[in-house]
Amino acid sequence: MTHLLASTPGLFPLPDWAKNRLGDLKGHQKEGLVHGEESEAVAGVYGEARAEVIERQREAGLDRIVEGQLRWDDMLAHPLCIHDAVETRGIVRYYDNNNFYREPVVVDELGFDGDVAAELDAASELLADADAGGGDAEGHSDGGDADDGTASRGDGALQAVLPGPYSLAELATDEHYGDAAAFLDAVGDFLADEVKAFPDVETLFLSEPSLVVDPPGAGADERASAAIDRVAGATDADVVCQTYWGALDERVHAHLLDADVDAVGYDLLTEHEASMYNINEYGTKEDIALGVVDGQNTLIEEPETIAERVAWVRENSAAAFDTIHATPNTGLFYLPVGKFEAKLDALGEAVALQGVRA
Amino acid sequence: MTREQFRPADHPNEHFILTTVVGSYPKPKWLDRARGLRDDPEADFGEAEWAEATDDAARLITTEHERAGLDVVCDGEMRRNEMVEYFAERIPGYEFNGPVKVWGHNYFDKPSVTREVEYGERWLGAEYEFASEVAARPVKVPITGPYTLASWSFNEAYEDDAALAYALADLVAREVEELVAAGARYVQIDEPALATTPDDHAIVGECLERIAADVPDDVRLGLHVCYGDYSRIYPEMLEFPVDEFDLELANGDYEQLDVFTEHEFTKDLALGVTDVHVGDVESVEEIEANVRKGLDVVPPERLTVSPDCGLKLLPREVAYGKMANMVAAARAVERDLDAGAIEGGEPASAD
Repeated sequence: MTHLLASTPGLFPLPDWAKNRLGDLKGHQKEGLVHGEESEAVAGVYGEARAEVIERQREAGLDRIVEGQLRWDDMLAHPLCIHDAVETRGIVRYYDNNNFYREPVVVDELGFDGDVAAELDAASELLADADAGGGDAEGHSDGGDADDGTASRGDGALQAVLPGPYSLAELATDEHYGDAAAFLDAVGDFLADEVKAFPDVETLFLSEPSLVVDPPGAGADERASAAIDRVAGATDADVVCQTYWGALDERVHAHLLDADVDAVGYDLLTEHEASMYNINEYGTKEDIALGVVDGQNTLIEEPETIAERVAWVRENSAAAFDTIHATPNTGLFYLPVGKFEAKLDALGEAVALQGVRA
Repeated sequence: MTREQFRPADHPNEHFILTTVVGSYPKPKWLDRARGLRDDPEADFGEAEWAEATDDAARLITTEHERAGLDVVCDGEMRRNEMVEYFAERIPGYEFNGPVKVWGHNYFDKPSVTREVEYGERWLGAEYEFASEVAARPVKVPITGPYTLASWSFNEAYEDDAALAYALADLVAREVEELVAAGARYVQIDEPALATTPDDHAIVGECLERIAADVPDDVRLGLHVCYGDYSRIYPEMLEFPVDEFDLELANGDYEQLDVFTEHEFTKDLALGVTDVHVGDVESVEEIEANVRKGLDVVPPERLTVSPDCGLKLLPREVAYGKMANMVAAARAVERDLDAGAIEGGEPASAD
């Protein structure tokens, strides 16, 4: 029996009303961006928007609900950009997208912060309230058997999302630790401490696009895997290491499998053949995450198309999986809000079809 | 030679360094207010009022460019909102679904291509015809290039972004043909997206082939590429069928100038000589030194100078100051060349 879950790697777009209100409150320059201690008015807007996106995921019938990271002005770099030991400098390009973030420069020892834990506490409370109130979610929580042995657990549980240590270190500049290995270790320890402060979450997604687009060389690949292992070891939740924007180098993939994560995420949108090759040539974990919804294109996939992409992996994989996390390949802030919501609905429906036709 | 036609009849020096702008210019505040009124369904302000407001702004800025002394002017793109949206609004096949984040709370109405793109109404006919009627000097037409129009859109309809870019290139070619028929003699293709994905230079090259195919020899075709790692597109870009490359080099303090001297620069160079990301107006002397850097790359008869990029994000008086000082600097360098005080004063051969 394979459990099929509808989930996302977070980084949601702000609702349009919140874009406008926050633009008015925070301005449009980098000085106004989130630094960890927002005014009550700003925090209030984020609180309302958070409640909205949580409710929206429940409506779409997703099995894992994320907080949405609406405060993350700097996308994946956020946990460092708001840290006391970090100075933010110029606006720099976010991978090869037409998006920019403040360059975080680490100038002191990275101690515990708690910013992400606070967001998750707020999300956790909202979910508890919604559950207590019965909500109007249509989570497919029956877990019934499907013809092909696929079931949906559909409990709408909380999922945390963080940048993986390798990507976060790659997005930042170090002016304190002095060498790349020590800096990666420090970022790994920092994230592990943040994770320890999280409320109960069912799943932790670690986004690691840099493992693909800026792969670590010999030696660094092993250290990246060890850092991921350390973050994963800080929680009892299922940990997914999500990779995207292509397929992992074989060597990096092999090392990543040494980390004690429950699943590796593969981007089926950009390089499905190479991803499949990695899965079959090196094996993968017992669980798997599949990027089967395009997070960067407004074209809304039919639920059947999404289901077929999942089925394609199952058909072509030598192994069976305990759990499949069906997800967009990337975060979703690239999309206009209406299209983002339509993607959530399509994903929820694809998984609800259950008969992911094998 | 496409260039000599732009030398003003009363040009004071024997040498001629062509002075122009990249295109966009700060909008007068009243035009922003007028746009607000146009978008407000409650306001008594319709398309006729909007047309009058944009005509007024275009006249004002075109003459402001002339007052700064530029040899080739434009209207500062007063009728345009953003460089992709403006065109996407006029191309059947595009639709808008709402703003997406660029950074912080800065958003962009990134459009989606949902079916085959087509040429419908003219894009820049009114802009060019009005500006050239107002202007005593020749008018340059900047137009967003097909690769950027494709890259900065969601592609729902074409197999890949290259296929979309080629389809858009055919539409840009059609628009350029219309502009040329209307009298335009200086067209600049803007491809800022190439700076971010330089590996796609062959796609840009193929797009330009489609655009340049039917452009007459006496029409000057330029390509503007914003700041990026130029070594990744040079010298390959010299193969592009354009007369001139407009490059943003003041921003990086000319650190990349070596890139262009390692291999002979065989086209005309439009050198960015004032930094549009700096809110101070550089002195004439400072800009003069920048103009002279261009002479390390090309001889004076192949040198154009312009600000690094569009001026639209600067306060208007700063934008004007940069243009006026740039013209003064170019004229000063021309005088020195005439006097033989600068090496390279003699017209150089192309080798």
